[in-house]
Amino acid sequence: MSQNNEALVQFIGVEKTYDGEVLAVKNLNLEIHRGEFLTLLGPSGSGKTTTLLMLAGFETTTHGDILLKGKSITKVPPPKRNFGMVFQDYALFPHMTVQENLAFPLTARKVPKAEIEKKVARALEMVRLAGYQTRRPNQLSGGQQQRVALARALVFEPQLVLMDEPLGALDKQLREQMQLEIKHIHEHLGVTVLYVTHDQIEALTMSDRIAVLHQGEIQQLATPTKLYEEPENSFVADFIGKNNRFAGNVLEINRSNCKVEIDGGATVEALAVKVGGVGSRTLLSLRPESVVLDPPDGLCPNRFEARVEELIYLGDHIRARVSVCGNDEFVITVPRTGNAPRLEVGQTINIGWQSQDCRALEVP
Amino acid sequence: MTTIVPTADIVRTADGVPLKVKLRRAERMRKIRAVSLIAPLFLFLAVTFVMPIGIMLFRSVQNPEVSQILPRTAQAIQQWDGEGLPGEDVVAAFIADLRAAKEAKTHGKVAKRLNYDLSGFRSLTLQTARRLPPPETPPSELLDKLIEIDKRWGETRYWATIKKAAPPYTMFYLLAALDRNFDVKGNVIHAPPEVSIYIDVLERTFWMSFIVTAVCFLLGYPIAYLLATLPTKHSNLLMILVLLPFWTSLLVRTTAWVVLLQTQGVVNDAAVALGLWSERIQLIHNRTGVYVAMVHILLPFMVLPLYSVMKGISFTHMRAAASLGANPLRSFLKVYVPQTMPGIGAGILLVFIISLGYYITPALVGGPRDQMISYFIAFHTNTSVNWGMAAALSVVLLFCVMIFFGIYNRFVGIEKMKLG
Repeated sequence: MSQNNEALVQFIGVEKTYDGEVLAVKNLNLEIHRGEFLTLLGPSGSGKTTTLLMLAGFETTTHGDILLKGKSITKVPPPKRNFGMVFQDYALFPHMTVQENLAFPLTARKVPKAEIEKKVARALEMVRLAGYQTRRPNQLSGGQQQRVALARALVFEPQLVLMDEPLGALDKQLREQMQLEIKHIHEHLGVTVLYVTHDQIEALTMSDRIAVLHQGEIQQLATPTKLYEEPENSFVADFIGKNNRFAGNVLEINRSNCKVEIDGGATVEALAVKVGGVGSRTLLSLRPESVVLDPPDGLCPNRFEARVEELIYLGDHIRARVSVCGNDEFVITVPRTGNAPRLEVGQTINIGWQSQDCRALEVP
Repeated sequence: MTTIVPTADIVRTADGVPLKVKLRRAERMRKIRAVSLIAPLFLFLAVTFVMPIGIMLFRSVQNPEVSQILPRTAQAIQQWDGEGLPGEDVVAAFIADLRAAKEAKTHGKVAKRLNYDLSGFRSLTLQTARRLPPPETPPSELLDKLIEIDKRWGETRYWATIKKAAPPYTMFYLLAALDRNFDVKGNVIHAPPEVSIYIDVLERTFWMSFIVTAVCFLLGYPIAYLLATLPTKHSNLLMILVLLPFWTSLLVRTTAWVVLLQTQGVVNDAAVALGLWSERIQLIHNRTGVYVAMVHILLPFMVLPLYSVMKGISFTHMRAAASLGANPLRSFLKVYVPQTMPGIGAGILLVFIISLGYYITPALVGGPRDQMISYFIAFHTNTSVNWGMAAALSVVLLFCVMIFFGIYNRFVGIEKMKLG
């Protein structure tokens, strides 16, 4: 990852509206560093694709500016922006062979013929499709088509590659395989990638940094680890991974920690990430895997009795839905192996968690 | 353990029946049902479409008049070598046949048929039939008697014409449709220039169809593109505008053009008022009128196949082309147009073939020099009642359509054609 903190692309106060009433993107300020793999992650309608299309030049910006290496590109037409682009439906040209598809960006740039042959062969080798030159797109499987699309977006050595949910049409196994492949190609070439997806696993697998978008605004921009372990607001906590939540009032704040009286009546000690003063409402967020079963005495400040409501077998672990402190949507994960206790529906168990794993966030 | 001895080649089911037999049995009921559902349509097509057209086309080679109405002559004249004048027996047979035909009142048909080949034969035959020599005339004097009635009977070519017309089947009409004829010896020769019009008509038909198709394509492609790319709200309105004339009677649309294009019509009024041209010009009853009306009527046949193909082209292809560095013109020519080829092929084929057979519009808005081959088919069917000629022209037209279709199939492939 040849990434430094030099900005290749800057969004400065970018706003976009389609109908003049609703903002699809609100006051977006974002830097894409040279050589990094940045993912825009969010549910549908969050403005992630709009952001990508504005950068590609297919949508106009209503307000603000987009800079490429410090120069505004909002007036540059798409063919002149020199960005590779990969689409969800591949957008391979069906009337051309693989060779012709890959040669298309090169002939448009008037690259000499002999060089085209060489570059196309090299690009196909990179996506492990050497020798497929004469095939037509409809003779390839979905995964192969996506690889060709990827090779086509990279063959002219663009400074930036935009990917709009490129793996959305593939089945799960192929998707996981392609995620790793794209990640390796990125590491190998050092090209800058802006990736758009609604799949959090995909984002976590591939990205250097992830921007979580919701309703046209960046909720949090951080590395995958930070995003999962230290979500800054309840939307991010809910959107990434499984999350248990309690709503409650802040009783007291003690430096980084706070005490919260949750609506079920119990009092919980939590890490005060973003809370107002004493008495304000807060949302507690707790990852299922942070919950300890039968915690030894003195280990966890938060200890409660829970009733097992439902068990879901997931192969590598068991997910148990339990009812605790009046919340029957509370989920814990139990490893399937080792000396973990066997749970049964209706059983009462003891659970507990560390106060730093339970994050007190502001109410959206 | 029961032992089913497996035979090497035949795959069998568990009870030992060959798999193929079992499959046939299982599928038989479905096949019978499918065939019985199709049968009514098949019969309907056979009775109302294939049979009448087949019979009509067959008339182009049928030649029953002389062989049926003058049977003895037809037989006897085969022995004659076509040199000089035929022998006594032929003349005797001809007079006997003509007498019988006159009594049966069928001699008019023969007269008309012979006249197709050699003009003047009609009056000759009718005249002769009225003044036939008495039956008791000795055979040796019959020819002189005929020449007495009309001296043309002394010419070889009149007898040769009877000989040529004698066989029950003939290529005469088909050759005539291509401005060819047989000479006395049976060689194919050019028809005399005063009756050679059909090659010209055929060329004109092709040329006019080509122009109409080209104009339809130039006008239809942008319309189809707009239809396929506009938001639904606007494209629906445009679609209605395309289809509205499609739902109006052909005759109404054609006569509407007469109203619009005539010298004192709306178009001339407007153009003169706007100063586009100073004197009223002839827009109707000439080629211009035919082109305008035909293009208008045939445009939907070009737009609809193009539209259906363009609708299937993903707009991300154009975005992809742009992102790959192609300017809009290059994207359009290299990425969009090639993908619309099936629609272009279908539209051109459809419009061209329909134009080849156009009749009403040229007949109503065209002048005498703008008539296409169908006009002459109609003329021979209704006016001159020369069905052999009408059938022969139809065969020529059908043949041309088939050739065009074959070329299309060879280069584009009929399975790639997409209609509406």
